[in-house]
Amino acid sequence: MSLTLRNVSRTFAGASAVRNISLSVQPGEIVGLLGTSGCGKSTILRAISGLDDGYEGEIEINGNTAKEVHDTTGFIFQEPRLLPWLTVLDNVIFGLKGEHADKQKRAKEYIADVGLEGKEKLYPRQLSGGMAQRVAIARALVTSPEILLLDEPFSALDAFTKMQLQDLLLDVWKTYQSTVVLVTHDIDEATYLCDRIVILRGQPGEIDREITLTEQRPRKRGSEELARYKADILESLNLDRARSIT
Amino acid sequence: MAKSTGELTGVYIREHTKKKERNKKKKKQTEVVLLGSILPVLLFILWEFLSRQGVFPAYQLPAPSAVFSAILDMAATGALWEHISITVYRVFAGFLFGTIAAVLLGSLVGFYQKAEHIFDPIIQAFRSIPSLAWVPLFILWMGIGESSKITMIAVGVFFPVYLNLVSGILGVDRKLIEVGKMYKLTPLQQVRRIILPASLPSFFVGVRSGLGLGWMFVVAAELMGASQGLGYLLVLGQNTLSPETIIASIILFAFIGKSTDWLLKILEARSLYWQDRFAKT
Repeated sequence: MSLTLRNVSRTFAGASAVRNISLSVQPGEIVGLLGTSGCGKSTILRAISGLDDGYEGEIEINGNTAKEVHDTTGFIFQEPRLLPWLTVLDNVIFGLKGEHADKQKRAKEYIADVGLEGKEKLYPRQLSGGMAQRVAIARALVTSPEILLLDEPFSALDAFTKMQLQDLLLDVWKTYQSTVVLVTHDIDEATYLCDRIVILRGQPGEIDREITLTEQRPRKRGSEELARYKADILESLNLDRARSIT
Repeated sequence: MAKSTGELTGVYIREHTKKKERNKKKKKQTEVVLLGSILPVLLFILWEFLSRQGVFPAYQLPAPSAVFSAILDMAATGALWEHISITVYRVFAGFLFGTIAAVLLGSLVGFYQKAEHIFDPIIQAFRSIPSLAWVPLFILWMGIGESSKITMIAVGVFFPVYLNLVSGILGVDRKLIEVGKMYKLTPLQQVRRIILPASLPSFFVGVRSGLGLGWMFVVAAELMGASQGLGYLLVLGQNTLSPETIIASIILFAFIGKSTDWLLKILEARSLYWQDRFAKT
């Protein structure tokens, strides 16, 4: 299992969104795409997922460069995007194929994994934001994707739920050893979760630099090492200067 | 042993609370019905009172008791059931044909952009013709029998169902479609598993307003020429100078129309139980 981007560019109606992105992700690695809004993080993720096939360049997933959705990728969106007419269980089953009994059993396991045991029969309208996002995580994981793509998955949640779900993500990552590409604008989230942080800058977005984090897991939130990384990242994002301009 | 008794009591308690909840629900329902009947009942009492006082002349606005006795008279001869059943039959048949046509065309236009380009302009053009303008043409084509009436009602029902279905399909959240794409659904699966359920609420809006229009059009159709039906009673009452027949017909229209809408509303609530709405039925 491998993921490689070669010179990926994307233009929307003549305006270039990202330019010449080349990136290679190791199996089992958690890579974070970090940058201010509008620098094309989500554009890159959508190109990898195959939801967007209008990019130039090449994206290779397991040696396959077809511009389509691959069976081996799972996507967790910024919003839960649950189907409101299906129960929690049926939402998780949604992407599974095969015998109904098998699907149910498998879905139930994953629902338990995300800590929602006993909530299988609820409808999305009965769930809190954090619970709904857990269901979305279970739905993405249940197909055992080798590559998990996350588009600011926790940005709409409160700080406590966010931390819980970050730990949940690390747990499932440990169990299933998927490769993870995480788009985020939260520096703390990136330093807590990622093996490597790719910083995007500019418009059109280009890779500014990559930071490899060697810190062992479990990491401590607010530890000195992570704070140092954060300072480093803030410096390269050059936010101070941006503020003095405006 | 101890465990099983525990379970049994558990089951018993659950049953018990369920019953309690059901009772509560029933209580609430009767309360709703009672609240809703306050104004009509008061109105009837006031009307009866004023009629007896001679405020309304009986040849213009007869008392409710006179209207009801007119209805009872018709019921006694059996004529009432014939009028009601023929009118309900016309509405139902027209509603059915109109809805089927709207679902077929609406799905086609909603799903295929080419079909939209082909059909939508002409359908929109036809829509701007007041539907009653078709009546003379239909009578000319199909005579004064059932088919012209049913066609008319079908035309009336068609447009709201069609328009709401199309806008429902076109308005399906792109984000949900993307979820389907992520799981590599075929176009047919997309339709069945995402687009249809997602456009169901809008479809029901169309069906309910279509049924309302169906009732409107049956009156028009029966006014034009009929020997039976609630609309015919209106003409009859006018010609025989008996306002109680007219009012009886109006009341029956109100009652039956409301009942059919109520049936649809129940069906809607059953199919859309998943919706997150302010008003829960």
